[in-house]
Amino acid sequence: MDVEILSRIQFAFTISFHYIYPPLSIGLGLMMVLMEGAYLKTKDKTYEMLARFWTKIFAITFGLGVATGIVMEFEFGTNWATYSRFVGDVFGSALAAEGIFAFALESGFLGVLLFGWNRVKPVVHFIATLGVWFGSMFSAVWIVIANSWQQTPAGYHIVGEGLNARAEITDFWAMVFNPSSVDRILHVWIGALIAGAFLVMSVHAWYILKGRYVQMSKKAFVIALTAAALFSVLQLVTGHGSANVVAKHQPAKLAAFEGHYDSSDQAHLYLFGWVDQKNEKVYGPYVPGGLSFLLHGNFDTPVPSLNDFPKDEVPKQVNAVFQFYHLMVAFGMFFIGLTLLGLFLWWRGILFKYKWLLYVFVFSVILPQLANQFGWFAAEMGRQPWVVYGLLRTSDALSVVVTANQVLFSLIMFTLLYALLFALFLYLLNKKIQAGPYDESTTDNRPTQEAIAEVIEINDKSQKNS
Amino acid sequence: METLLGLDYPTLWFLVVGALFSGYAILDGFDLGAGAWHLFLKDEESRRIALNAVGPVWDGNEVWLVIGGGALFAGFPILYASIFSAMYIPFMLFLFVLILRAVSIEFRSKEKMYWWRQGWDIVYSASSTLMALLLGVVVGNILQGVELGPNYEFQGHWLEFLNPYALMVGITTVALFMMHGALYLAMKTEGKLFAKVNELLKKSIIFFVVSYGLVTLYTLIYIPHLTDDLHENAALFIVPTLAFLSIANIPRLVTKAKYVQAFLFSSLSMSFLLILVAVELYPVLVRSTVDPLYSITVYNAASSQKSLGIMLLMTAIGAPLVIAYTVFVYKTFWGKVKMDETSY
Ligand code: HDD
Ligand code: HEM
Ligand code: HEM
Repeated sequence: MDVEILSRIQFAFTISFHYIYPPLSIGLGLMMVLMEGAYLKTKDKTYEMLARFWTKIFAITFGLGVATGIVMEFEFGTNWATYSRFVGDVFGSALAAEGIFAFALESGFLGVLLFGWNRVKPVVHFIATLGVWFGSMFSAVWIVIANSWQQTPAGYHIVGEGLNARAEITDFWAMVFNPSSVDRILHVWIGALIAGAFLVMSVHAWYILKGRYVQMSKKAFVIALTAAALFSVLQLVTGHGSANVVAKHQPAKLAAFEGHYDSSDQAHLYLFGWVDQKNEKVYGPYVPGGLSFLLHGNFDTPVPSLNDFPKDEVPKQVNAVFQFYHLMVAFGMFFIGLTLLGLFLWWRGILFKYKWLLYVFVFSVILPQLANQFGWFAAEMGRQPWVVYGLLRTSDALSVVVTANQVLFSLIMFTLLYALLFALFLYLLNKKIQAGPYDESTTDNRPTQEAIAEVIEINDKSQKNS
Repeated sequence: METLLGLDYPTLWFLVVGALFSGYAILDGFDLGAGAWHLFLKDEESRRIALNAVGPVWDGNEVWLVIGGGALFAGFPILYASIFSAMYIPFMLFLFVLILRAVSIEFRSKEKMYWWRQGWDIVYSASSTLMALLLGVVVGNILQGVELGPNYEFQGHWLEFLNPYALMVGITTVALFMMHGALYLAMKTEGKLFAKVNELLKKSIIFFVVSYGLVTLYTLIYIPHLTDDLHENAALFIVPTLAFLSIANIPRLVTKAKYVQAFLFSSLSMSFLLILVAVELYPVLVRSTVDPLYSITVYNAASSQKSLGIMLLMTAIGAPLVIAYTVFVYKTFWGKVKMDETSY
């Protein structure tokens, strides 16, 4: 295999792995804020216990997010050197802002959030929780701005030629608010908040089913359910916003989303389907002219199709892009249905009677993860063959000095290492969930403060004697 | 070119990046150093306490690397792209041990079996040492110069990063961090563990002084270009002199049992050593051993005036905030290690 394929696989693999954790951290961040806020307001101890419990789980997702994020940062330079030279001037300020305003904020307060329960006043602790949550929201903002700039470049000009060509920033705010930033930030944020809320619902639904911590779990479940319902509906709105931006600025990508090959016909909206790339046909149920209607409010308005662009300027894997996109949307619709049903039953006071429904909530936790992953796959694969849309091709973006063997080495290394990390994640998550909100097990094998003081005292004495 | 306080933007950004890396060395330096000592502590209690001494802060310390890396990418994309791709393997190995280290900290206290804890202790200690070594190796290569060709692309063999000089700098970095880490542990521990740490501290001071002396000799004899600037501008001799005095102060303070001050001087020494590196290199960032024409300098690697201007403004707004909450965190966890149910 050549360097390009290997580097793409490595990047896709490492970032997809990274992207398991940030959405959970961002989403759980909000959940902790809500629970701790409820505690401060009501002084009800159960909320404090819930907040402490979810902080422990948050610590796991956060730690893994950090460890895998550093990999991403290095990979730009190691694997995509030409790309880094090209975008450095523009990305620079976004990355600098991310580091200074987001990561530093997050990690600064993290110590207090995790280890400060017994050391600072509840209000101070709440501020730390807020700080960590804001920090994680901000870090999503800046990195998505950088990515959005790649999708819809703005506020720059090109200097130099060939290998030395690079984009230089001309207008900072035009770069920040490039055409797709705002819609995509909202969409990514909400995707993350959905992921967090579903995790909380899943764990507490499981507790309720097992008859453990039932009262507490019902409280937590309702908080998360309300949030999940709100965000699921909003996600449809922001997704529609994103689709409109894609239609305007990346028409070839939109055509790939729907497998749209023929612009003389209406543009259909498929519920699901299969793209036959050879014959340029899609099989599956569709709303005739649906895409035209969504974009232009009219079933007959033509929409540019894949054949309207030069062959080497459209994505090759149309079927994959189509599937990822449609699965994301399908999951989104499912979330709306499920959470609204849940809310309705709760309002009627019969939500927790339906065991099967609670099981659905237990297992649904995987779906927001998949929707988040598939959304990115659709967005990033639909952007091919460009790294920076219309300006720099993926095949030109590589590090020229890195060989295939080197990348193969690191790819194998990451595969093994991430298998270990993932095992660690599941192990810790399972352990925390089994242990439950009043976690006795970890304190058991841990010396108490008195015990430590005694040990130290004995040691001191034996030292004097010897 | 626009200037601020008489310095042009690329030079200012060079200072910012330098400050970030020096902050990183001081902060992560002590927890890597403490990790490197881990296996020297024999009993379970001591290891737990030593681990929890860095528990609340190691993660935050690593953020300085993240920000430093980002600042390098942002301000000197050409340097970032060329060096990271030239040293692909060392950087990948660095990531490898960095992740293993995070895993070992999380894992070790989760089960009670002896083999489990001993196994993760070994991983923790080895990865801490290797991180320090690899960082030093990269710095050593940059000091010595790299085989850069046209377009600042690397021309050499991928194994070249393992040369004697780079290894020497690597080992010296390990020694420096171990001294720094032992000082930190001395501040954080009591009783028998404290006595043990004190013993290790003395060893590490000797280790550092010897390896530092050797590196300095090697530099003077084999890498003359590094001392050019000092020869041309005698006033600059103040920097190595300060570094020397500051290092010499550490054993003095240790014998007087003034560990906090000794730790501060060890931090200062790191800054002086990095300033020394900066003075010797500037305005070159990486010297090309092929042709000086291909050397990466502060000017040819820098982002545009506009971009640097924006980032300097952000730094001016952000830095006070970062310092404020860093101080807050360290104040909250000040003093000897105390364990509770949130500990590792
Ligand atoms: C700021 C930049 C940035 C951001 C925030 C993301 N990506 Fe991306 N992505 C890239 C910058 C990038 C890139 C460096 O530009 C790549 C590498 C090769 C390419 O074509 O684009 C890329 C490729 C790429 C590919 C491979 C596409 C292909 O080669 O066909 C996948 C699957 C993803 N990304 C997935 C993601 C996920 C799951 C993200 C969410 C966290 C994500 N990307 C965020
Ligand atoms: C290529 C793209 C990306 C790079 C280079 C990257 C880089 C990083 C780095 C270096 C860290 C560790 C920071 C620390 O030490 O605290 C990190 C963590 C994090 N990243 Fe990413 N990241 C990328 C994509 C994303 C995306 C798309 C999001 C969100 C939508 C995101 C959200 C976060 C968050 C919230 C954290 C904090 C840790 C956590 O909450 O789990 N990142 N990332
Ligand atoms: C409900 C209907 C939904 C619609 C119509 C929709 C629409 C879109 C569109 C058009 C894009 C591509 C944007 C681009 O390429 O620039 C996208 C990307 C994405 N979607 Fe969705 N989406 C929906 C639901 C969801 C859900 C439920 C999630 C997650 C829980 C999600 C997560 C994502 C993510 C993470 C991306 C990639 C980031 C981005 O490009 O904004 N989406 N979505």
